[in-house]
Amino acid sequence: MTIEINNLHKKFGKNQVLKGVDLTIDKGHIYAILGPNGSGKTTLIKSILGMVIPDKGNISILDSPIKKDWKYRKKIDYLPQIANFPPNIKVKELIHMIKDLRNSPSSEGELIALFGLEPFLNKKLSTLSGGTKQKVNIVLTFMFDTPLIILDEPTTGLDPKALISLKELIRKEKANGKTILITSHIMQIVEEMADEILYLLEGEIYFKGSIKELLNRTEQTNFEHAIAAITTTGSHA
Amino acid sequence: MPLRPLQQQEVMLKILKYSFYDLIRSRWSYIYFLFYLALGFVLLFLNNDVSKAVITLMNVIIVLIPLIGTIFGVMYYYNSREFTELLLAQPVKRSSIFMGQYFGVAGSLTLSLVLGLGIPFLLYGLMRSNAIFDFSLLLVTGAFLTLIFVGLSFVIAISNENKIKGFGYAVLLWLFLAVVYDGLFLMSLIMFEEYPLDTFSLVATALNPIDLSRILILLKLDISALLGYTGAIFKKFFGTDLGFLVSLAILLIWTVLPILGLRYKARRKDF
Repeated sequence: MTIEINNLHKKFGKNQVLKGVDLTIDKGHIYAILGPNGSGKTTLIKSILGMVIPDKGNISILDSPIKKDWKYRKKIDYLPQIANFPPNIKVKELIHMIKDLRNSPSSEGELIALFGLEPFLNKKLSTLSGGTKQKVNIVLTFMFDTPLIILDEPTTGLDPKALISLKELIRKEKANGKTILITSHIMQIVEEMADEILYLLEGEIYFKGSIKELLNRTEQTNFEHAIAAITTTGSHA
Repeated sequence: MPLRPLQQQEVMLKILKYSFYDLIRSRWSYIYFLFYLALGFVLLFLNNDVSKAVITLMNVIIVLIPLIGTIFGVMYYYNSREFTELLLAQPVKRSSIFMGQYFGVAGSLTLSLVLGLGIPFLLYGLMRSNAIFDFSLLLVTGAFLTLIFVGLSFVIAISNENKIKGFGYAVLLWLFLAVVYDGLFLMSLIMFEEYPLDTFSLVATALNPIDLSRILILLKLDISALLGYTGAIFKKFFGTDLGFLVSLAILLIWTVLPILGLRYKARRKDF
């Protein structure tokens, strides 16, 4: 399995964000992490990335524990939720820097062409629009070949054309046997892409299963309504 | 293209390089450099007395270096938060990120200082008198003060998510070590004047890196006679080779402590 999480707890001050998350993520599927605002989605992702240090519990990635390790991040590509980049460097320089640091083979050329970023390569990041920044963000994420890809709100600010390209990109990576985690507030994307739904509620995994299982459990026919109804049907996964 | 995994030192050096280039491209580094250059030329060449020039130079830089180090350190940390977050998700050790940024900032400031004052020193030495090279200590203590105060400001910044608070604490720390400490020191000397205060003044001076640097340079100038009885004691301790080594060791400890603090904080912080 790709990720295994046991009894994960995290508290920020008085705010208990994760209250014992247990989770197994298998190879080669697309998982959607859903949940209301403040349910701990980003904290969960950041714990997996080692950016947030859990109070209790264990995380293993590709069968090795991540505690006090950093090398495992070579196996992960991460698309952060808000593309905060250093403002004073050019797109080209940023791509070069990340390549330089990771020192692995990369395929940024195709991706730059796919998202039409050539005219922006010599522009400073502070001058780019939100959508263009997100495209740069996507290029930085997908240019390396890693078994695990984590996407936090990947569709933010994208135009329809870029959205189609992104979906194709995700499908292609899945076909290559990669494991992909996505958070999104856009249910249409989730319904279209995800094999499994993980529903976080108040710091716990409230539901885990396929879309079909979710529809059955909530007795709904529409996915969006099923998500909305998930907490009222009260059946734990 | 080399595809072997990078060593962490290499990664740290790369981050150092980015921060360093980022800073030496910035306008402020040039202003800082030109300021020292102008200060050095004006004081050395328009002043007939080397000692006086060095004293004035010392009085300016001993207060200015910590202030600039503090402000640059805090500003750089907060301004590069986005970049730091980007780096944190990469296969890079946390301490490499922060050590790289720290040495990048401290290195570029030290370079401005050493070049800015070094060029006038060198020209003065070539044209007027070699004596100026005795005061290379000015550059050494300046470099130490830069490392110390950039380190302290990084520790303060990493401990405070709130920019305004972090900035405030950093400036307060500077104010305390550069101004308030001396005041307290003098007050205690006056209050306890009936007691023998030799050891107390030695220790109190050694504990503050700014005071320690000042005494080291003053003793080098051989004007300790002007400092009276206390000066004689200082001369007796700091003037010897042992005293000098102890002082350098204390400056080194002052440099290492914030670095260790930064590593400690970096390991535990949530981003």
